[in-house]
Amino acid sequence: MYTIKNYHFAESVDEAAALLQKSRANTVLGGGTWLRLGERNIATAIDLSHLGLDQITETEEEITLGAMVSLRALEQSTLLQTQFGGLLARCVRHIVGVQFRGLATVGASVASRYGFSDVITALLALDTEVELCPGGRLPLAAYLQQPPARQLLVAVHIKKDGCTAVHTSHRLTETDFPVLAVAAARCKDGSFRISVGARPAVAQRCPQAEQAAEANGPEAAGEAAAEMLQFGSNTRSSAEYRKVLAKVLVTRALTELAEKESLAR
Amino acid sequence: MELHLTLNGKPVSKTIAPDASLLNFLRECGCHSVRSGCDTGNCGICTVWVDGQPLLSCAYPAARAEGKNITTLEGVKAEADELIRYMAEEGADQCGYCSPGFIMAVLGMKRELQNPTEKEVKHYLAGNLCRCTGYASQTRILQKYLAEVQNNG
Repeated sequence: MYTIKNYHFAESVDEAAALLQKSRANTVLGGGTWLRLGERNIATAIDLSHLGLDQITETEEEITLGAMVSLRALEQSTLLQTQFGGLLARCVRHIVGVQFRGLATVGASVASRYGFSDVITALLALDTEVELCPGGRLPLAAYLQQPPARQLLVAVHIKKDGCTAVHTSHRLTETDFPVLAVAAARCKDGSFRISVGARPAVAQRCPQAEQAAEANGPEAAGEAAAEMLQFGSNTRSSAEYRKVLAKVLVTRALTELAEKESLAR
Repeated sequence: MELHLTLNGKPVSKTIAPDASLLNFLRECGCHSVRSGCDTGNCGICTVWVDGQPLLSCAYPAARAEGKNITTLEGVKAEADELIRYMAEEGADQCGYCSPGFIMAVLGMKRELQNPTEKEVKHYLAGNLCRCTGYASQTRILQKYLAEVQNNG
């Protein structure tokens, strides 16, 4: 569990961002579900609850998830159940339980760059940008590659590009962290976006698998993903098993996508 | 710091440490139905409602509950007793430690889902762990309870 010297409800995004930059001992609170597992000594805990960041909104071009949108809100959103093949509503279904998902936030999942994150894995298969303060917008892939800087993640923006997407994972039990997570999207121009996460490292796209999917189909894509991505070992699984899983899960995800598409016609 | 909220319908004002968990705060207020089961935020035993939503009180910062309505088992006694009768008839609980969290989750589910399928019930309750029962007895009573209560309610 953590300790906190000063609990502060931020009164604006700029104020929260300034507090975060002021000291390494200041921490933004998401749902508290990861922080409680550690022993951090927090000087000022920055609570974003009063900033209206818990909204899912849409324009003609994009869908915006505020940083404080809970994973449960993703799941229950009728908008997200129909967009992108329902990817974002479904990708959280295995995460612990409804109570946990009611706490955990999109912003904390993305800003923490958790390797195990189903949310990041899914977002990376969409046309996603993060919005930072300070800093503005940049693509999620670029954000994940940068070393963490003390920028406040305010929102996640996803372009409404008409893609269909699926998420699948392997887990030791139904509600555990994933051993490997895969999200795959088929874009309107026929191209694919394939994202593999919990490797155990954070999700990455696999261009070779995406090209193979378009040229040669699901199994070739699965083989390419297993071949080209890096996997590691941890308490949940070995690198070798993750490599095997990558082939299977990518193949399955693409097969499911093809079935979805033929049903939709 | 000062915390003001509504607990089971009554206003409460207390001084809390900035890092207090809602779970510890509620137990200090006398709500001993709220228990810590795992220390890792995954068992669901500490489930309470914050503004009607089932959440894990072990991870929820007490300070964040400022101005909110908190409901524990102590605040839904009559409704809980009805569910407990169904549980008792089937021997659906053994040690009873998980029961408060389970009941708060079931009553929350009853409010959120209309005529859920067994699959939907299991998905909703996946975050409530039980070391004793293997879940079969709980699943049995829930089918009966939801059928009878949702038809009468």
